[in-house]
Amino acid sequence: MSEKIDFTAFPDSRGHFGRYGGRFVSETLMAALDELTAMYNRLKADPDFGAELDYDLQHFVGRPTPLYLAQRWSDQLGGARIFLKREDLDHTGAHKINNTVGQALLARHMGKRRIIAETGAGQHGVATATVAARLGLECRIYMGAADIERQKINVYRMRLLGAEVTAVESGSRTLTDAMNEAMRDWVTHVDDTFYIIGSVAGPHPYPMIVRDFQSVIGREARRQCLEMTGRLPDSLVACVGGGSNAIGLFYPFLDDEGVAMYGVEAGGHGVATNEHAAPLSAGRPGVLHGNRTYLMEDENGLIQGTHSISAGLDYPGVGPEHAWLKDSGRVHYVAATDDEAMSAFRTLTRDEGIMPALETAHALAYAARLAPEMDRDQSLIINLSGRGDKDIHTVAELDGLSV
Amino acid sequence: MSRIATTFQRLSEQSRKALIPYVTAGDPRPETTVPVLHALVENGADIIELGVPFTDPMSDGPVIQQAHERALEQGVSLSDVLAMVRDFRRDNTETPVVLMGYLNPVEAMGYQGFADACAEAGVDGVLLVDLPPEEAEGVRDMMSAQALDLVFLIAPTTSAERMRLIASAGSGYVYYVSLKGVTGSASLDPQAVARQVETIGKTTELPICVGFGIKDAESARAIARVSDGVVVGSALVRLAGEYARTPEQVPEQMGATLAAMRSAMDESPATEPNP
Repeated sequence: MSEKIDFTAFPDSRGHFGRYGGRFVSETLMAALDELTAMYNRLKADPDFGAELDYDLQHFVGRPTPLYLAQRWSDQLGGARIFLKREDLDHTGAHKINNTVGQALLARHMGKRRIIAETGAGQHGVATATVAARLGLECRIYMGAADIERQKINVYRMRLLGAEVTAVESGSRTLTDAMNEAMRDWVTHVDDTFYIIGSVAGPHPYPMIVRDFQSVIGREARRQCLEMTGRLPDSLVACVGGGSNAIGLFYPFLDDEGVAMYGVEAGGHGVATNEHAAPLSAGRPGVLHGNRTYLMEDENGLIQGTHSISAGLDYPGVGPEHAWLKDSGRVHYVAATDDEAMSAFRTLTRDEGIMPALETAHALAYAARLAPEMDRDQSLIINLSGRGDKDIHTVAELDGLSV
Repeated sequence: MSRIATTFQRLSEQSRKALIPYVTAGDPRPETTVPVLHALVENGADIIELGVPFTDPMSDGPVIQQAHERALEQGVSLSDVLAMVRDFRRDNTETPVVLMGYLNPVEAMGYQGFADACAEAGVDGVLLVDLPPEEAEGVRDMMSAQALDLVFLIAPTTSAERMRLIASAGSGYVYYVSLKGVTGSASLDPQAVARQVETIGKTTELPICVGFGIKDAESARAIARVSDGVVVGSALVRLAGEYARTPEQVPEQMGATLAAMRSAMDESPATEPNP
């Protein structure tokens, strides 16, 4: 980079991160997006709203989460000291709730009585159903029928929490179809409904709002790392589907030039095959779900099917800020395959006593390649974005078992 | 004068309203599309909106989603749709064709290449559902260089300020989305539509056509009374689904449905006061 970029200056007032982002939706939603932007900008500057959010993050979510030195795993790999930012210890078991708590407060301030959301692995769905239950709001979750099959535990959790889970049977029956269906619901019920988007995707202002709510991860990790090691980390690693946990960790470090960052996409059966979910590694820019970003698409601009062992990464797009961070060279985007992720899942479970989500396991897999190349006095932070209980059926199936 | 402007001028002189059918290109079969277009013209279409299939039709209800899926199963791409228009133009040089779809296939082709290909094929205008005027500058420049119209949507939620923005960005006509929802949604209220059309009319000289929720001859008649034209989509596309196994019947079936709307609209002179 020849010129120093002020990373905190993005997005611009129309939601652009360089050439990415923006607002590509049908006209019916434009007024709702304007209203949300205005409300968010007002509340962001309101100390009472900040205090309300901080209270919920501390007492309901359980923040701050620990920054944990994975000593045994670090020793095995023989390189950098590996720290895990324990978002798996958040209430409901993943980082998703940092955002749903925030957006639920927005919904309440806007007087909306009904909440909708899309979900892939079900973590965002559970986190949304949880805040809706707490606030007594009607809640409907859209989930691809294929994902409902592989994430049964989370589906049942959502139903116990009082949410209505709607199976989406169109297209590939995964996250992208759930997002289409949630958009269709929103356009139909726009007056009384708040759409809680779970990733840093969608039309402006969502990528900005979700990033801001998730940035608590990076702010805490930065402070904790300084306290524990006396200096900033050398590297950050996080998995990237839509990219909310990654941007949450990265964002507060973007201006720290010495901190290298790695976003790990789902390599599926390998990025050289067509069976993966790695648009930043193997896609090209286009427009989907309200923003311009890297997509997995064919030469005719049709969106391609994706494959990942983890439902939460099984998405053909990625947040627009990641697209821009890739082009600007600030963050390196890499991929880990299904097999590498499974291996990392088993290692962390057996050697550190922490069972990670399969999404998170992709970040662990790349870190296992990166750490040995680093010095022992260097440190690396991985966003341990979620816990793996939800994935035990998938893992058991690979082991030839039924639980 | 463009084919679209000429059409509205002729209609105005005849005190008639525009009937604008929407069909998805390649549905149910690629080879039925051109015969369908001719059948629609024979049965009263003034302008045709031709849908470009896309994998993620976020603004469409189930009927048109399935149409996109049927077309995509047969590999129909944007280039194929342009070839269908070219084919249609061999026998029809008068009826305007507006491509309707989503932005990404256009992005993939490139704005310049797309505009050139539209002009070459005989397309008259383009309506991209997920392209609001704020993001449309690049497309619009390329379109206007080829004298193609860029049609925008106005919704029940659109503010007066945005109406003016849309009116100044668009050309050809304005498409008023008559209800909050996806295509093929529930019925609409002609009186509410009449009030909105009047409001929109204060911001633009462009003809105002109304779509989403026009199901039959009766609703076409009611909406034609209070607007410059009606767009009918799902009611026709449904027939492509029903007759997918006998695609040769689709042109006739769609034609008959459209003809009923045409005669209902023409029975009711535009000068007749609102009921």
